Amino acid sequence: MRGPLPDGAIVAKPFAPAGRTPRRFRLSPINRRRLENFKANKRGYWSFWIFLFFFVLSLFSEFIANDKPLLVVYKGEILLPILHDYPEEKFGGFLAQTDYRDTVIAKEVAGHGFMIWPPIRYSYKTINRQLPVPAPSPPTWMLSEAQCRAAAKRFDKGQPHGDCRDIEWNWLGTDDQGRDVLARLLYGFRLSLLFGLTLAGISSIVGIAAGAVQGYFGGWTDLIFQRFIEIWSSLPHLYLLIIISSIITPSFFVLLGILLLFSWVSLVHVVRAEFLRARNFEYVNAARALGLSNGAIIVKHVLPNAMVATLTFLPFVLNSSITTLTALDFLGFGLPPGSPSLGELLLQGKSNLAAPWLGLTGFLVIAIMLSLLVFIGEAVRDAFDPRKTLF
Amino acid sequence: MADAPLLDVRDLKVLFRQGDTESPAVDGVSFTLEPGRTLGLVGESGSGKSVTALSIVRLLGRAAVIQGQVLFKGEDLLAYREARLREIRGAHITMVFQEPMTSLNPLHTIERQIGEILELHGARGAERIKARIVELLQEVGIPNPSQRLGAFPHQLSGGQRQRVMIAMALANRPGLFIADEPTTALDVTVQAQILELLKQLQTRHHMAMLFITHDLGIVRKIADDVAVMQKGKIVETNKVADLFAAPRHPYTKALIAAEPKGTPPAIDLAAKIILEARDIRIWFPVKRGFFRRTVGFVKAVDGVSVCVREAETVGVVGESGSGKTTLGLALLRLIRCEGAIVFLGRPIDGLKFKAMRPLRRDMQIVFQDPYGSLSPRLPVGDIVAEGLGVQYKAMSLQQQREIVAQALADTGLDRAAMDRYPHEFSGGQRQRIAIARAIVLEPKFIVLDEPTSALDMSVQAQIVDLLRDLQKRRGLAYLFISHDLKVVRALASEIIVMRDGKVVESGPALELLAKPRSAYTRALFAAAFDIKAEPGAVLGQ
Repeated sequence: MRGPLPDGAIVAKPFAPAGRTPRRFRLSPINRRRLENFKANKRGYWSFWIFLFFFVLSLFSEFIANDKPLLVVYKGEILLPILHDYPEEKFGGFLAQTDYRDTVIAKEVAGHGFMIWPPIRYSYKTINRQLPVPAPSPPTWMLSEAQCRAAAKRFDKGQPHGDCRDIEWNWLGTDDQGRDVLARLLYGFRLSLLFGLTLAGISSIVGIAAGAVQGYFGGWTDLIFQRFIEIWSSLPHLYLLIIISSIITPSFFVLLGILLLFSWVSLVHVVRAEFLRARNFEYVNAARALGLSNGAIIVKHVLPNAMVATLTFLPFVLNSSITTLTALDFLGFGLPPGSPSLGELLLQGKSNLAAPWLGLTGFLVIAIMLSLLVFIGEAVRDAFDPRKTLF
Repeated sequence: MADAPLLDVRDLKVLFRQGDTESPAVDGVSFTLEPGRTLGLVGESGSGKSVTALSIVRLLGRAAVIQGQVLFKGEDLLAYREARLREIRGAHITMVFQEPMTSLNPLHTIERQIGEILELHGARGAERIKARIVELLQEVGIPNPSQRLGAFPHQLSGGQRQRVMIAMALANRPGLFIADEPTTALDVTVQAQILELLKQLQTRHHMAMLFITHDLGIVRKIADDVAVMQKGKIVETNKVADLFAAPRHPYTKALIAAEPKGTPPAIDLAAKIILEARDIRIWFPVKRGFFRRTVGFVKAVDGVSVCVREAETVGVVGESGSGKTTLGLALLRLIRCEGAIVFLGRPIDGLKFKAMRPLRRDMQIVFQDPYGSLSPRLPVGDIVAEGLGVQYKAMSLQQQREIVAQALADTGLDRAAMDRYPHEFSGGQRQRIAIARAIVLEPKFIVLDEPTSALDMSVQAQIVDLLRDLQKRRGLAYLFISHDLKVVRALASEIIVMRDGKVVESGPALELLAKPRSAYTRALFAAAFDIKAEPGAVLGQ
């Protein structure tokens, strides 16, 4: 197959292990420098950890805020209500699903075993039927002693001296349907982020692919694509979204699809510009001279250049994805009713001005989340700043 | 002040800070300069020449820490406040930089750019300023200056742009003129003209000139005194004649001896023909109007024929824009062209990219810029092995590594280089890596596109030796593209002189160098070997 080689060129054993596996797990020097730059931006670095903490926390929302106990030991049997639905029959009732918050069930279980509850005993859709004051009820710590006493008396749990310690707490109050705000916040945060991440991820992939094709091949491909994108991005997005979502019943994935139609455009210009620049680099030419196919050249030589610009933009794309979803929810065209969503919380805050805890918590959570993301984005931008990673 | 020199630099030190690390760029440099004299500051890249010049007028930015004294007319410039320094810059001390493409603002006319400097330093009255600009342009040799006032930089050639830069530098009759490699980016013939102009102007205005260059030939031509820099220190200062006659420092000796040497192999007409191309044409259509009708062609390469034999080098010389590189790319079928190309007895014109792929292992290319031709994100081993992965898919990684190590060893690099990244290597080493990438496939034919132009003089000589050595051992055929005739003389058995896409003259190197037939070739040789502007060679202007 191969022409004559210089003596001793092939001394390889046929099945020798590849000698370069360890390198895969090592950061290249330039990436190490970037990581250092990222860490050097203290604000961004801390924001990253705080953000990550809350994100991971929210991923386990079911174990933090739920209307089902984590563990039930009933008549010697160990039950995991979070993972399995047990019919109420098991506890002597007749409903298809057990309402563990029901006092009857609680007493039944207490008599034959015990329950371990998550820290917050509400899910995002649990309605607190034992509200101390009519919904939207304020955070329990804001209630006066008299209100607490009255509530404790009304839902008498057998304690003679009922006060605020004895009623079930809503740390951030409830919304106008009597659902716990903290629980909804937790689930809503997770939903917003997962939605934002998915949207940002998919639109990046589409955007990078489109930009890569345009930039690398140039010419007519580029020209036609560019004109199409210009027309496409001059459509009024929000109105179209509102119209579409009033025809199709919006769900997580329907919304994702609709938003994706427009959001992929944001990265195309950056990636295209990088490709236009990089396709004439000498090492790209050298790769062509070696016989590499266009696909291999794009992935191996040109894409890494574009990734820097993309990664720099990503936190901001994520931000705008989250904001768009929140805006749609706020207008009432977003996720189906009942879903935990930050936008919906803001809407409630707007319609219940007498209940400032709704608007305030919604505002603070969104503001803090977006700020953290912007700080992280700035740190990422710093990390990839070519002036700081020069050798 | 009668006896004080115009410029007296005493123990100048410059440190660059990045993070916590400090790297010294200039380490205790002292020299003096009298009016009417030229000091040539010579050294290889990274020796601190430019940093020295920039720190005289404190143009280095915040990252640089400057220590020592720079006495200009007896006053320490380093102690000046910024506002006072601005009065000095552009009026008493002026600079011309290397890159004429980027030293002029592309959005302003040359009238505005020269006028700005005059106005900043006190000239008033639109008519008077305009008259002065015309006078200056006349002085630096721009033809029809009053009509060129409204020209934008992109409408001027590289040489003319450098002339405009010089006009700007001369505008306020400076006492000290700093030229930082002013001719490096220019063609040899233009370089000779610019150097003559500078010399003339200096004598007429009795300026002191600090001339920075890496090219000893230029220094010999233009300077009165020479200071040789190495690693931030001046290792030797002397009069030009003395320095060339009797260099004292070993580094100076090495620099003077660093010209590419050796002779190319003799022409063997019986040797196998590796590549033959006839009547190669690359025309780019010029389209105009609404329907993009083709109204004409830019003839980048226009009817060039080449024949390269085994173990022989064909040198292609010419100024920038003559179509040399385009020709090289066309022969490798990396750009579209018309004309017949026969490679190893097989016609390859008209083959599709996929059909070309198996042939690529026999034809390779080495580019000019060793910084741009290696992907910064891959370790050297992967860069060199890339072609193996494409051409020999069945080869195991271990086998690849062995062959790569062999190729690196052939180019004089250690096998430990495989796991390091390109930025850890110097320019010369990078060019060796690029050559290793080309030879790892055991090609028969390599296009060398100015492989030595971006390198220092001493490294150039090494690369030329390496190339000749590889040619001898492996019987390689080279197409050597270069504007540097000294390198071509050392390598090529045959020479093709190109101008505006056409062959001016071609033939065996010895004959051609001894007896150039056309006026153009004569002018080119005079400019390259003697740095002399021939009257018949008003080129590229």
